[in-house]
Amino acid sequence: MIDSTSASRAEQITVQHSQPTNPTVQMAGITVEFPGVKALDGVDFRLFPGEVHALMGENGAGKSTLIKALTGVNPIAAGTISVNGSSMRFNGPADAREHGISTVYQEVNLCTNLTVAENIMLGSEPRRFGGLDWRTMRRQAKVYLERMGLDIDPSSSLGSHSLAVQQLVAISRAMVVDAKVLILDEPTSSLDTDEVEQLFTVMRQLRDDGVAILFVSHFLDQIYAIADRITVLRNGQLVQERMKDQLPQRELVSLMIAGTSDAQVSRANERVAVTERAADAKPLLQAVGLGRKGAVQPFNLDLYPGEVIGLAGLLGSGRTELARLLYGADKADVGSIKLAGEPVKLRTPRQALGRKIAYTSEDRKGEGVIGDLTVAENIILGLQAARGWIRPLPTVKATQVVDAYIKALGVRPANPNALLKNLSGGNQQKVLLARWLATAPKLLLLDEPTRGIDIGAKTEIMNLVSELAEQGMSVVFISAELEEVLRLSDRIVVMRDHEKVAEIASTPEVDVPRLIEIIATGEEDK
Amino acid sequence: MSILSETRKSAPKLSLDRRYLPVLGTVVVFVLMLVIGGARYENFLSPAVLSNLFINNAHLIVLAAGMTFVILTGGIDLSVGAVLALSSVITATMLNAGIPLSLVLPIAILSGSIIGLGMGVMIQYFEVQPFVATLAGMFLARGLCFIFAPESVPIRNEGFVALSSWGVSSGRWRLTAAVVIALLVVAASWWVLHRTRFGRTVYAVGGGEQSATLMGLRVARTKVMVYVISGTCASLGGILFAMFSRSGYALTGVGMELDAIAAVVIGGTLLIGGMGFILGSVVGVMVLGLIQTIITFEGTLSSWWTKIVIGVLLLVFVVLQRILTLRRN
Amino acid sequence: MTRIYKHRLFWPVVALLALLLACTIKRPDILGISVLDGHLFGAPIDILRNSSPLLLVSLGMTLVIATRGIDLSVGAIVAISGAVALTFIASSSNPGSVGTAIGAIVVALGLCVILGAFNGLLVANFGIQPIVATLILMTAGRGVAMLITNGQITTVNSAPFSKLASGFVLGLPVAALIAYGVFAVVALVVRRTALGMLLEAVGINPEASRLAGVKSKTLVFTVYVLCGLLSGLAGLIFAANTMAADANNAGLFIELDAILAVVIGGTSLAGGKFNLAGTMIGVLIITTLTLAVTVLGISPLVTSLFKAIVVIAVTLMMSTRLRAMFGSLRDRRRYQEVGA
Repeated sequence: MIDSTSASRAEQITVQHSQPTNPTVQMAGITVEFPGVKALDGVDFRLFPGEVHALMGENGAGKSTLIKALTGVNPIAAGTISVNGSSMRFNGPADAREHGISTVYQEVNLCTNLTVAENIMLGSEPRRFGGLDWRTMRRQAKVYLERMGLDIDPSSSLGSHSLAVQQLVAISRAMVVDAKVLILDEPTSSLDTDEVEQLFTVMRQLRDDGVAILFVSHFLDQIYAIADRITVLRNGQLVQERMKDQLPQRELVSLMIAGTSDAQVSRANERVAVTERAADAKPLLQAVGLGRKGAVQPFNLDLYPGEVIGLAGLLGSGRTELARLLYGADKADVGSIKLAGEPVKLRTPRQALGRKIAYTSEDRKGEGVIGDLTVAENIILGLQAARGWIRPLPTVKATQVVDAYIKALGVRPANPNALLKNLSGGNQQKVLLARWLATAPKLLLLDEPTRGIDIGAKTEIMNLVSELAEQGMSVVFISAELEEVLRLSDRIVVMRDHEKVAEIASTPEVDVPRLIEIIATGEEDK
Repeated sequence: MSILSETRKSAPKLSLDRRYLPVLGTVVVFVLMLVIGGARYENFLSPAVLSNLFINNAHLIVLAAGMTFVILTGGIDLSVGAVLALSSVITATMLNAGIPLSLVLPIAILSGSIIGLGMGVMIQYFEVQPFVATLAGMFLARGLCFIFAPESVPIRNEGFVALSSWGVSSGRWRLTAAVVIALLVVAASWWVLHRTRFGRTVYAVGGGEQSATLMGLRVARTKVMVYVISGTCASLGGILFAMFSRSGYALTGVGMELDAIAAVVIGGTLLIGGMGFILGSVVGVMVLGLIQTIITFEGTLSSWWTKIVIGVLLLVFVVLQRILTLRRN
Repeated sequence: MTRIYKHRLFWPVVALLALLLACTIKRPDILGISVLDGHLFGAPIDILRNSSPLLLVSLGMTLVIATRGIDLSVGAIVAISGAVALTFIASSSNPGSVGTAIGAIVVALGLCVILGAFNGLLVANFGIQPIVATLILMTAGRGVAMLITNGQITTVNSAPFSKLASGFVLGLPVAALIAYGVFAVVALVVRRTALGMLLEAVGINPEASRLAGVKSKTLVFTVYVLCGLLSGLAGLIFAANTMAADANNAGLFIELDAILAVVIGGTSLAGGKFNLAGTMIGVLIITTLTLAVTVLGISPLVTSLFKAIVVIAVTLMMSTRLRAMFGSLRDRRRYQEVGA
């Protein structure tokens, strides 16, 4: 599936790095299977020395799985890995590291309670008289730090430094073993612009020293600033590998997401017409300059009853963070919220729920499902939490609510006493939706409600959202699949790099390519 | 002490590394207690009193040293009091049975190591919570005590008696064999914790087990080893206690695990792991000992004030630590 | 569903029956109950009565553990409760009156609620690890009890108060009636109100519960208060049994027995789903164990060895690792489903 022309394009690599003859890492036909899912399906991937290779893809595309397959965290069902021409299988990050493949993770995986020197050197620490030689250790660490352009005290504790510095320390650690391959898994997600620039300077320097760098980031600008080669994965399959210069931003985005729409999804539920908002309609919720540092830049947003707002944007663009601010799941630093014209404080989910706002998290397992409780208990949890423990929901009412929603949403198995953890993803999602619908919200925030569930369930959930809006509910719908966003929304808000960049009406002229254009360039008009 | 000299090197400015704040707090409390005691009571700051502080608490110092390893990884060891009793009982009964000292001491010490190993394996490989696993170790050791000897066993072995009464004096300062051993254990613990990869791994595990694993450190082995070390320290503490009391008794050391944990916490080690110093634990033991000494000197105050004061100190330190960790995040 | 439920309590029940069987083989008449002066007597009645304080403490402990917590201070609270009640009676002008006994009970329980609230405050509001937070009261509590009794073993004579332990109503011991009655009431409240479900939700997935609007702080605070109150009640029964407030030994190690009972009863120390019936069986096993040791002529001093074996066996049986090692294919398939 490798782009057939890539061989000829390899010749066009800019002169500044040496012409790669052989890749440092060559992965071929990699398949990784989890129970019931093929996380990677015959993926080819290669890393050349002296090159920054960006690995792109949406949620579930298989980026992390590919990295984990390389470093031996995930077992490989089929395929080969060769490093410098010889076939290899690693049994973990430590093993990979010993063979010159170092990984730096998004969440800095170092020990903040240890000193900077230890974090860099532990594992290859200098010794004297059988014990650690702290002085030499600090001196050597200092050398690596200077290489990163860092002038910090090696004996200070790592936790006393900013995340950016910690990230660079993590890279220093990677260099101690003379890494030939450096894997950077979303290293920039918590850095600000200057910090990113500092990181890039280091990356360029390492690249010029001949290190092969695998770079994962959701920020398109960053990819185009640093990457030489781009590989796109989608749904566990290789879409394309190309040199950056031959891959315009717009095309990249469409490679990442356009194809994901399921052709099988029935077209019957296409929204007939965009509901015309009455001229005198009053917004249900108004966010004014709402923002949170490191999550979302301050934004304005009006939500009207009976309207579906689609949030489009790549993973990490701030779409989830925006919804969490509206729900009080995270506290906003700046800005205010008005509900029906009246200023309100939404600092906890409880307050939001009291104001009839509901939110389903994209992290179904971690933040939604209470697996060891039954379907019925999970459904009534929201209602019950609002009532407090002392006033239980009357059994008759509870049974009624549970049965009604199991039936209305078609939860399978239709057994209220089944443990939620034993249901499939789609049915778990329906149960969570039921939990929120039971609280009769006026505003429903749905964060990727259709991710990872089968097509039937997807269609049902989308039909439901349409119906709810028609009944007057205000809905915010977040999805990585632009087709879905287009089909459901009355208005579409586009997020890019933690910023709201556009808000457009979902008119017939707006199609997937148009959205991609906005996501890729951040500009509403070309 | 070397920790302090390191501070000076690493922080040339006035800013003190926050890691040392809890320990510093303990030292301040300790010094304050000395000053207040010295001002209030005659002979409080005498060499005899200060020597006794070490002599009476030698076994607790060793227990606290072992406990420090465990707590640094974020675990806990409830078995140390019972293991201490077991080792003292083993020592007493075997010596009285005529088994030579050179054989008895290693066996007694090994008893703690083996129990520690068992608990470590339960915790690491069978994912039993440290609390429950060491609770089982505690019941086991206590039960074994009674199998060896339900009654108190006086020790009459000449070699052991000679060892326990050995001491050096200079003026009214006195140093017993038990104190020397305890200080050696502290020195060794310090060296292991600060000068070996294993020691740094102990800290790393406490700071974040997953991070430590991804850094390629040997987490599983370290987690088992800390319980072996704690068990070994506890059984060594048992021998020291037997030297102190010249007997072995199944009911010694009841609740002593709490004293050890309290000493470690007051000594500035975070119970969530990853932060703390062995020397802090020693100062923690000294603080506990001083509370007792002051209450004895006060005369009118009853002994139960010891527990209350320890509780209050614990509260203060735990709340302070909580504030510290909150600021860290 | 019902099969899993049975499975959970299967081994604890087997252990209890085995212990009783062992006793019966040694002394065939042991399980007989005789009637004397209109009161029931016999080993089963003794087990019920002796298990009363532990049952109360374990009840509170189960709820605390369900929220991913633990309460180490229950033993100290038992001591304080007894000390307060008996000192109150001793200092009263009319120690034998019913009013004094009631006053003693109210004052003691009131103080225990405050102590429970102290624990709850540290855990729920300050966010201190439960094990550390309750360690404070565990250490200081016995000192406080000593302070109250002035270090003496206060002995008093109060017929109404001693009825708490030695009295009989309807032929059954009052202590057992109180403990099992309270147990039934709390169990009923927990399962009839939403308390049980919300506690489990908080224990299973704290973040999901927060997002669902559950007031987890209040809930956690409440269970520590309840645990303090129940421990206080246990302390009153202890004190009434001996009519002597022994601050050093009252409720010594009861926290360990209670945690043990909870774990044997199939409630995981990791929090979440709890099983009150299991806890009751765990309490009965521990109480019967003490009886069995006597009946079987084993030195009572070795009881702790038995406990060690029970703890190790039960926790290892629950370990997923060991289950995976011996696990059937069916089990393995179930884990995979959960993992996916």
